[in-house]
Amino acid sequence: MTTAETPSAGLRLHSDDDSLLVVEDLKTHFELPAGMVKAVDGVSFTLARGRTLGVVGESGSGKTVLARTIMNLNLGGNVHTSGSALFEGRELIGLKPKQMQDVWGLEVAMVFQDPMTSLNPVVKVGRQVTEHIRKHLGVSKTEAQETAIQLLRSVRIPEAEARFNNFPHELSGGMRQRVSIAIALACGPKLLMADEPTTALDVTVQHQILNLLSQQRKERNMAMVLVTHDLGVVAGRTDEIAVMYAGRIVEKAPTKVLFGDVRHPYTEALLRSIPKTSQRNHTRLAAIAGRPPDLINPPKGCKFSPRCPYAQPKCREEEPPLQEAWGGDHQFSCWFPVGSDENKDAWERNLAAGLAQTVAVATGSVMDETLSATHSADELAQHHADLDLHISGTTADDPIIDDPNTHDGADG
Amino acid sequence: MAGSGKAHLRDRGTTTIRVEDLVVEFPAGRGRKVHAVSGISIDLAEGETLGLVGESGCGKSTTAKAMIQLPPPTAGSVEFNGVDLTRLSGEELRQIRTDLQIIFQDPISSLNPRRKIGDVVAEPLRVWGPHDGQEQERRVDAMLEAVGIDPEVARGKHAHEFSGGQCQRISIARALVLEPQVIICDEPVSALDVSVQAQILNLLEDLKEAYQLTLVFIAHDLAVVKNISDRVAVMYLGKMCEVSEANDLYERPAHPYTRLLVESSPVPDPNIEIDDTHEVSSELPSPIDPPSGCRFRTRCELATELCERVEPLMRKVGEDHYVACHFPLLPVIEDDDPATIRPQAQDLEPGDGGESQTKEGNPT
Repeated sequence: MTTAETPSAGLRLHSDDDSLLVVEDLKTHFELPAGMVKAVDGVSFTLARGRTLGVVGESGSGKTVLARTIMNLNLGGNVHTSGSALFEGRELIGLKPKQMQDVWGLEVAMVFQDPMTSLNPVVKVGRQVTEHIRKHLGVSKTEAQETAIQLLRSVRIPEAEARFNNFPHELSGGMRQRVSIAIALACGPKLLMADEPTTALDVTVQHQILNLLSQQRKERNMAMVLVTHDLGVVAGRTDEIAVMYAGRIVEKAPTKVLFGDVRHPYTEALLRSIPKTSQRNHTRLAAIAGRPPDLINPPKGCKFSPRCPYAQPKCREEEPPLQEAWGGDHQFSCWFPVGSDENKDAWERNLAAGLAQTVAVATGSVMDETLSATHSADELAQHHADLDLHISGTTADDPIIDDPNTHDGADG
Repeated sequence: MAGSGKAHLRDRGTTTIRVEDLVVEFPAGRGRKVHAVSGISIDLAEGETLGLVGESGCGKSTTAKAMIQLPPPTAGSVEFNGVDLTRLSGEELRQIRTDLQIIFQDPISSLNPRRKIGDVVAEPLRVWGPHDGQEQERRVDAMLEAVGIDPEVARGKHAHEFSGGQCQRISIARALVLEPQVIICDEPVSALDVSVQAQILNLLEDLKEAYQLTLVFIAHDLAVVKNISDRVAVMYLGKMCEVSEANDLYERPAHPYTRLLVESSPVPDPNIEIDDTHEVSSELPSPIDPPSGCRFRTRCELATELCERVEPLMRKVGEDHYVACHFPLLPVIEDDDPATIRPQAQDLEPGDGGESQTKEGNPT
């Protein structure tokens, strides 16, 4: 396999034939009175045809702005975009809305989070679907209508003919999202950007919509970027996952590799902090101390360092580059990656020094977002035994991702 | 369930809150009614956390709010320490409500943006006393500290100067400052990021311990509800489906709807294969004109003509595990004598489950 190292991030590039979207050092900054918000700050990735990339992060991590930047949807005089996004070799960054009209819908389509606001409330859903088809494919009104009804059927809308004449408010949230998916699929795009497509929906409906997206993706051999904050959503539905923090990709790997061999402390913390149905009730959650960073004045060095239990002086000074793990497709940006000897040393050093965020992870104490732990000295002493346990679990060849089988002794 | 019945209620002496046959209806114009809650019975033991789950529109928030008479239910009774809240006069209710507090979903809009945090948290004390200013300040500071907010910094600030997670901590402090017995948590973590969500869940667990609170916890995230709850009640379209000890509910769901919820909820494990060909459920029917019999029957794979005709009642399927379904996924335990209750369904001798055991349980 041929690999090309890019100077900026050491990313592995796929050969030109199978890569559909190549994003290189993409930056989107918003100029505000308070300062420059670095919403996306140097993101690079390659997406191959027919593949699914999950983009995961908390609010403010830049995942939505990334999707909107690739779609060229950030309008306004205060937006500063740089870098490149090549779609089938064509540069998307810098295209005017008029030029984007050949791309939107035909090549790249987008599904938004809230189907109520992404559909026009005063236009019947049928017309919203056919508008697209008629403009781009140049077919007659009746032909467009037939195609639209077929599309509505393919996204499993019951009584598609009747629904054709409904307004968005007459449909449920799940139905509305199906309509917006039908609109996105109408002209057979090669890439679908789905920005939190199920966040506003109930779990049962979410399950259906995600199933629908993956069926349609397979049928049409379409690539997909699935943006979400929910690791559960991406776990079973993506080929690759990119974890974003403060405008950058901090870890990227094939889905199973990421979950099985996590290297970045943020990904590790994220996975541990979510409650899982496989755990017993009242399982103490490993909360992440602190809060997401201020994007106007981000912390110096690694942006996760103020919250990271393994943070060392180096982390607060130098920002780690996105480097390749020995395993191949796995990239992460950390000086002391999880599972390494350096990481273990860093943990023990911080624990000995009583660093608030490290102690909080070790004891499971409730942390204020301003990083002052509210634990008492007694609690510390009480949890000392747990600490030793924790350290022994953090060995180099033993990734400490939560495994329900080993962590829930009471389960059996 | 999509049914009624009170088999799951415990003895009166052991419960702090006991809700019976709760009905909440809202007018929907042209003489129609929204049947938001239709005959819910549930109880809470002291120091227990009851989780309420269900899809949006199933009436979980309405049920919890009706418990504190916000608004009073259309019918039914809510007993709090033996006092029926629905029969109290305005003033009596006002007095008793100091023991029943609520935390709302959106932490930022539930705090008055024009008031200082110190005043927001002190407000309940200004109404109920102690009226000594210094004592009030001491209590406010202690409470802010307990929820992990530095009182020195926070007292003079306004809500917009805090993040969502911090605002939720402040709301919790306000709810706790009168030292209530019961706190209703109406989706308290739904608006928060996952990393902050874990902080708040841990905090609630700690405070529950420290102040011996009884909690009603509403959320649509099944994993969150399991994590914090002792007992979980699954609701569907204003009816109760299943009530169970938390772990048992997720390990062995007895109601087809619970199974659907558990199977639909995303699991952060890439090794679990997702069956994306299986289309089960359609849409939630309208609460204005709910289906007859079992309300879940329109989406249920096991539904028969019986489900259309007869509303199922709560029946026992395990130790503290009750389901309202004609064809539960676990065998029904007819005898209420604790000696005969076996934890495993397959242990049951033929006949033990009784005649009504129509479908073989298949714990998965």
